[in-house]
Amino acid sequence: MSTALEHPTYNYKVVRQFAIMTVVWGIVGMLIGVILAAQLVWPQLNLNLPWTSFGRLRPLHTNAVIFAFGGSALFATSYYVVQRTCQTRLFSDKLAAFTFWGWQAVILSAVITLPLGYTTTKEYAELEWPINILIAVVWVSYAVVFLGTIKLRRTSHIYVANWFFAAFILTVAVLHIVNNAAIPVTAMYSISLYSGTIDAMVQWWYGHNAVGFFLTAGFLGMMYYFVPKQAERPIYSYRLSIVHFWALIMIYMWAGPHHLHYTALPDWAQSLGMIMSIILLAPSWGGMINGMMTLSGAWHKLRTDPTLRFLVVALAFYGMSTFEGPMMAVKTVNALSHYTDWTIGHVHAGALGWVAMITIGSMYHLIPRLFGRTEMYSVGMIAAHFWLSTIGTVLYIASMWVNGILQGLMWRAINPDGTLMYTFMESVEASGPGYIVRLIGGIFWVVGMLIMAYNVFMTIKRSEAARQPIPQTA
Amino acid sequence: MSNLWDDSLSGFWSAWIIVITLGSIAFATWILFANRKTDKRPDAEGNVETTGHAADGIEEYDNPLPRWWFQLYVGTVVFSLGYLLLYPGLGNFAGLLGWTQEGQWEREVARAEERFTPIFAQYQEIPIPELARDGEAMQVGERLYQNNCAVCHGTNAQGGYGFPDLTNDDWLYGGEPEQLLTSIAQGRSGLMPAWQQIGETNIENVTQYVLALSDLPHEEERAEQGASVYASVCAACHAPDGTGNQALGAPDLTNDIWLYQAPGQSVADSVRQTLRNGRNGHMPAQAAYIGEERVHLVAAYVYSLRFRD
Ligand code: HEC
Ligand code: HEC
Ligand code: HEM
Ligand code: HEM
Repeated sequence: MSTALEHPTYNYKVVRQFAIMTVVWGIVGMLIGVILAAQLVWPQLNLNLPWTSFGRLRPLHTNAVIFAFGGSALFATSYYVVQRTCQTRLFSDKLAAFTFWGWQAVILSAVITLPLGYTTTKEYAELEWPINILIAVVWVSYAVVFLGTIKLRRTSHIYVANWFFAAFILTVAVLHIVNNAAIPVTAMYSISLYSGTIDAMVQWWYGHNAVGFFLTAGFLGMMYYFVPKQAERPIYSYRLSIVHFWALIMIYMWAGPHHLHYTALPDWAQSLGMIMSIILLAPSWGGMINGMMTLSGAWHKLRTDPTLRFLVVALAFYGMSTFEGPMMAVKTVNALSHYTDWTIGHVHAGALGWVAMITIGSMYHLIPRLFGRTEMYSVGMIAAHFWLSTIGTVLYIASMWVNGILQGLMWRAINPDGTLMYTFMESVEASGPGYIVRLIGGIFWVVGMLIMAYNVFMTIKRSEAARQPIPQTA
Repeated sequence: MSNLWDDSLSGFWSAWIIVITLGSIAFATWILFANRKTDKRPDAEGNVETTGHAADGIEEYDNPLPRWWFQLYVGTVVFSLGYLLLYPGLGNFAGLLGWTQEGQWEREVARAEERFTPIFAQYQEIPIPELARDGEAMQVGERLYQNNCAVCHGTNAQGGYGFPDLTNDDWLYGGEPEQLLTSIAQGRSGLMPAWQQIGETNIENVTQYVLALSDLPHEEERAEQGASVYASVCAACHAPDGTGNQALGAPDLTNDIWLYQAPGQSVADSVRQTLRNGRNGHMPAQAAYIGEERVHLVAAYVYSLRFRD
């Protein structure tokens, strides 16, 4: 029986494109992460060239994993989920295709300009003004496609996953435009509209909400569709969804100053950042509970379904990092953790444990369905990928906790005469073993991603073979 | 706008911050309480019936909020309100404790001064040459050095490109106690002017002359021509015989020790670069950072380096 790939109602083409690029950019971004991790063990790997130096590859890593890998995953899943839960085709196929090619163009320009050294110096907003304009255009188109599709829906109700996707899309548009407001000087150089403390505050208002909306709200949208689908269970509590959605988007907006504790930022702003971060704990955990409890009655499936395992472990890491975050936002804790590898560990508990795991689980559900199949080519490979990712994440965050606390304590240790007990270099040397463990964790992750790529490739190949009327060899 | 970042806010901004802060917290609390109860009944499995709509086959139960989660939520709100009462946060309201980060810093510094100053004051009474032979004091001195000076002068104090070696007896400004104290406490800024105006020929000639001063291979004829340029232009600072002037920090040009020889660079190229572009090494004044007492001790440490092999 030959089945056409095109769905009679839905636009799956753009979803397929974004899904494939999710895997591709995941490998690229994590590979650069591994190179960075290796450079911190062997600085010679900077190769003494400006283009391959840590300082230029680091923003390339963050842009590749957040915006290329995470972004493609969010586009793919939001387009899929909004169509299926609204029972209607995307608002505009042309505009959707534009968002795909536009977004890939943005990523490609990042891959070229960042190693060349073009940067605004704002973290997670390094790209220069011409690229920022392209991002804004693509993003507004994305909003039009997504919200337009919701408008066309053939259901009375807007499903909770779409609330989160919509909040993510709208907020990121505002964040991006406000934080990147700048006066162009040359084709690749601009000066921010803000200066001094205000610049720092705008930057971390953006930075924290990039975490809150890009890396959290969007992926919660993903969670709300793929967890109940894969577990084949109803969502645990509708009212919990309501409470934690509104509280989350309301409170996240306030938490940015926790990135600027004990700085020139006025005391009142620092305090507000701290208390709002603490209030954020319960709304964050609301999402975790709603996902976890959805599994009640389906826990036995974990034994046989590694895709579900990805989704559940992602929720566990989400709960862990959103406990850690409010704790680090407390000023006395931050005085120890700030500037140390603890922050890096926290970042990757969220980024690998939550963002990457939930994405991969969702992709293993999504990709076979996009190619007219019900399962991936090999479930065994998913299981192998699951263990590699889980162990890799644990190695990464555990080594960074040890390093972070070690660094924090070494920097503040003083002799009876008041002199510092350790020089900065000694704390760098003490961090060496942790950097090696982190590198191993990173390699685990990349190996897992390569297995995924092979698995996806074979799934697609099978799907094509099934649709070929004439049998082919190899 | 700029008012927002001053120590005290204008009345409007202060009120605005109070209103939106408490408003946000009130909203987050209201949404919690408004959804607390459900009038639907649990089914056989203990789940409350679904909302009745399904999205792509996904149904939603209407279970009540978990009690422990509800309490956690309320707990964080109560904590936060308490914090805002005690600490600055609500606009111009300073908080009942009157805490500020500057205040905390000043208290910590005062406490440290009280504890540690006597230790260093005691060392300050001892003359540097004597202190430099006190093993225990030198351990403290080395720690000060490693934390404040090693970034520039190197962990072994042998300097680097543009940073003087502190272990040899070639001093820009002098190695006697008073000179060291001045270098460290007040900083130094050596100024070697650029000499492009004398022309490339003269620059090359005087370069050969400088090479000759250190007995390095050079072109005899040019060096002879350079001698007169040296006498009229350079001698005022580097002394007629080339041995330098510690009052100006003009280096001795006769001992084949070079402050500005980049790795892989020939002496001749380094001298040419110095002559064309000038140099301006900067040693930041340390007294403001570490205080006169610690300057005394670290100066003794630098002094002690000459006793090393
Ligand atoms: C930011 C880099 C930097 C730091 C930090 C620094 N120095 Fe220096 N220091 C210099 C430079 C550059 C010079 C040479 C100045 C010049 O060329 O005129 C110098 C000169 C000196 C001299 C004079 C050397 C001579 O030959 O006369 C002494 C002594 C000295 N430094 C000691 C110290 C000590 C002790 C500390 C730590 C408390 C310290 N320095 C910290 C950069 C630094
Ligand atoms: C106004 C005083 C002054 C005059 C005139 C002057 N110099 Fe200098 N020169 C200095 C000072 C001071 C330094 C050290 C600069 C520093 O510490 O950064 C220096 C540094 C140098 C150095 C670098 C030494 C090293 O160790 O790398 C050379 C070479 C030199 N001068 C040669 C000359 C020659 C040749 C002339 C004449 C054409 C000349 N100077 C004229 C003050 C002077
Ligand atoms: C193979 C997996 C990965 C490895 C080995 C890795 C490694 C690294 C390294 C070495 C750094 C620099 C740390 C430092 O400056 O000390 C870094 C930074 C960062 N990475 Fe990764 N990474 C990986 C995956 C990811 C993923 C999937 C994401 C996001 C979805 C991510 C997000 C980030 C962010 C946001 C930073 C900057 C953190 C900060 O500035 O505090 N990484 N990563
Ligand atoms: C309730 C939720 C959270 C809170 C309150 C929180 C709080 C914090 C705090 C206090 C810091 C350290 C700031 C510093 O000292 O510089 C931090 C850093 C960071 N967090 Fe979180 N966090 C939360 C959840 C997350 C999640 C889920 C992710 C990722 C998916 C994440 C990603 C990051 C990143 C990328 C940074 C590093 C920013 C930088 O310095 O470059 N956070 N967070």
